[in-house]
Amino acid sequence: MKRALLMLPLALFLLMLVFLFRGLYLDNEDLPSALVGKRFPAFTLPSVEAGQPPVTEQDLLGQPSLVNVWATWCVACWVEHPVLNKLAAEGVVIHGVNYKDDTEAARKWLRDLHDPYDLNISDPEGLLGLDLGVYGAPETFFVDANGVIRYKFIGVIDERTWENDLAARYQALVDEAQP
Amino acid sequence: MKRLLLVCCLMIASLGAMAAIDTYEFDSEEQRARFYYLSSELRCPKCQNQNIADSNSPIANDLRREIYRMLQEDRSNEQIVDFMVERYGEFVRYRPALTAQTAILWFAPAAFLLAGLFALVFMLRRRQKVYRDGAAEHLSPEEQQRLKSLLEKKDRND
Repeated sequence: MKRALLMLPLALFLLMLVFLFRGLYLDNEDLPSALVGKRFPAFTLPSVEAGQPPVTEQDLLGQPSLVNVWATWCVACWVEHPVLNKLAAEGVVIHGVNYKDDTEAARKWLRDLHDPYDLNISDPEGLLGLDLGVYGAPETFFVDANGVIRYKFIGVIDERTWENDLAARYQALVDEAQP
Repeated sequence: MKRLLLVCCLMIASLGAMAAIDTYEFDSEEQRARFYYLSSELRCPKCQNQNIADSNSPIANDLRREIYRMLQEDRSNEQIVDFMVERYGEFVRYRPALTAQTAILWFAPAAFLLAGLFALVFMLRRRQKVYRDGAAEHLSPEEQQRLKSLLEKKDRND
């Protein structure tokens, strides 16, 4: 009994070490999104393309989609862009939110690098970004056919993350939408 | 030379005092105080070890602007914090709300302190008891004899 009691501080110390050691490898960029499970926030914003009608949250309804927050000042978005092009060619529905950007620069980007987006939402003030809890770019929201945010991915979607994780999440939303 | 060194040291020390500077106009001192309170209570989502008052990142800038806008609209502190939590999650509060999930954060320090106090009291009591009862009483007659002879030997040597 007494021996066990003597070992107690050591045991506590070791336990603490385990927690601290685990803490070293925690990815603190990976924040849980407050919006998962909630409806996509209401918005009415102009399209990036000239002469197009404004876009609202109603336009997202009817089919599952990825809503990708991007900007021309975001280097990581440039890396991600070819992957989005490829996914769009495979039939994945992707909408773009051009976040705190210059519209002219955005148009040029889409002309030069190909436009993978179904809807091109222009959010120069970052208002929709704020409602989405965006704090950087790229961020990608998985929205189901009813307009509910089901998953949020922060960072660059590359082919590996798509194949290993994200494709299944998107497919689940597609399957769900089938009657 | 010494003075120069002192000046250099003071300059380096003052780096820590820098904070983001905005040019907002407030209606009252009370509103200004609330602005500073709120922006120091909320964590910057991008640069996680800074509050949004200290951070110069674009997102912190936007959030300060939002706080200012909501203050102008006469919203309460709770409403403003809730607005941020709704979008950025519990994480933006430096002082987490008391829920089942965060209870350990709130109560663990007090629990550890109490455990320490209990252990201290327990140990002191036991030690006192040993002292009071007299250690000698626990010895067998032979041991008592031996102790006595040792003590006498010590006295003779003195």
